[in-house]
Amino acid sequence: MADKTIDARGLSCPQPVLLVMENMKKMGRGSLEVLVDTSTSRENVARAATMEGWRVSKEEQTDQGYKILLEKEA
Amino acid sequence: MKGNVFSTRWGIILVGASIGVMAPLLQKLGNPANMGICVACMERDIAGAVGFHRAAVVQYLRPEILGFVLGAFLSALAFREFRPRGGSAPVARFLLGVCAMVGALVFLGCPWRALLRLAGGDGNAILGLAGLGTGIWIGTLFFKGGYSLGRSNAQSVSVGLLLPILMGGLLVLRIIYPPVEGQPSSGILFYSLQGPGAAKAPLLISLGAGLLIGILAQRSRFCTMGGIRDLILFRQWHLFSGMIALVVVAWVVNLTLGQFHPGFEKQPVAHSQHIWNFAGMLVAGLAFALAGGCPGRQLFMAGEGDNDAGIFVLGMIVGAAVAHNFGLASSPQGIGAHGVTAVVVTLATCLFIGFTNLKRA
Repeated sequence: MADKTIDARGLSCPQPVLLVMENMKKMGRGSLEVLVDTSTSRENVARAATMEGWRVSKEEQTDQGYKILLEKEA
Repeated sequence: MKGNVFSTRWGIILVGASIGVMAPLLQKLGNPANMGICVACMERDIAGAVGFHRAAVVQYLRPEILGFVLGAFLSALAFREFRPRGGSAPVARFLLGVCAMVGALVFLGCPWRALLRLAGGDGNAILGLAGLGTGIWIGTLFFKGGYSLGRSNAQSVSVGLLLPILMGGLLVLRIIYPPVEGQPSSGILFYSLQGPGAAKAPLLISLGAGLLIGILAQRSRFCTMGGIRDLILFRQWHLFSGMIALVVVAWVVNLTLGQFHPGFEKQPVAHSQHIWNFAGMLVAGLAFALAGGCPGRQLFMAGEGDNDAGIFVLGMIVGAAVAHNFGLASSPQGIGAHGVTAVVVTLATCLFIGFTNLKRA
């Protein structure tokens, strides 16, 4: 179970990345699950997370898009 | 999960460079000067071709635009990325499309053409690009303040197919009613006999280039507004590197083809009213930012089944008609009779949409 889940489905650019960045900054570390509905958002979220030193530890396709698990250890 | 090579740094640079090669070549093969590709101008020409406006010098059903949508559609199908979606503030997005087009026609070009004008030596493009950057910067302030037009929802397959079908229908019209030498119309389509509308590369080359760019841009998510926005908002160079590749490669190809003519005066399909070049693109940049994509990107997303992008595209086409019917568009002689009013009204419209959609304020 992730520490927090963000639902960014249906939001247009750059809102999914903004939401993820905001939450990563607030959390500092831990695990963050992100739901997106397009492959563009999936790529953008993964790129932004990597840039901020987080790791994409799991990506899976769901009925309505993708579920991405981001993690950062202490 | 499979990787997408085009969404890497080198992928986006390759796509920007490909557009940088194709645009000057399209110009060499007949398209207007520094307008090998211009999404705004070409949609404006389409609006003229179907008679939405009667500016006789800018009427041609540009196959490149049809190719952009159809190429992105085919690519989205092939890579299982066709996702019919929509329903996020359609009227706001339509009006943002109208405002974007009016602003772009005050400057005389979309962001792609601004880059191509720069690569062709047109110094006035610097003012346009500065305006574009400023408009996008204002857009990022709205996003930081919680701006959102709300979520889109999944739609039926048929709804997602509508814009690609519309573009396919326009292509059929272009084939049924081809241009006739010396005639200002053919069937229901208008064809310019002079001016930029009369400058055109051969049909198959235009369509082929459009399809190829549509496929590449769908894969890479190439977006000129996004390039500047991500740089300002996230200090991220990814999309911006594609824009740099476009302008550098187009400049080299222009030099090679003898199409580089540096200066401010007498540039093709351009004027030197600096304030209005800046202000027009400021409005366009803000509208693109608030709608989530440059005009090219909106076409590619429309091909992926995104109706919110589709309604923005239709707004731009209607905006072109409004701009030419009411004297809002500029010409090489300078801004239109009501160009100043147009900038003020469209800027006010964008600001209204921005301020009234700050969800977290």
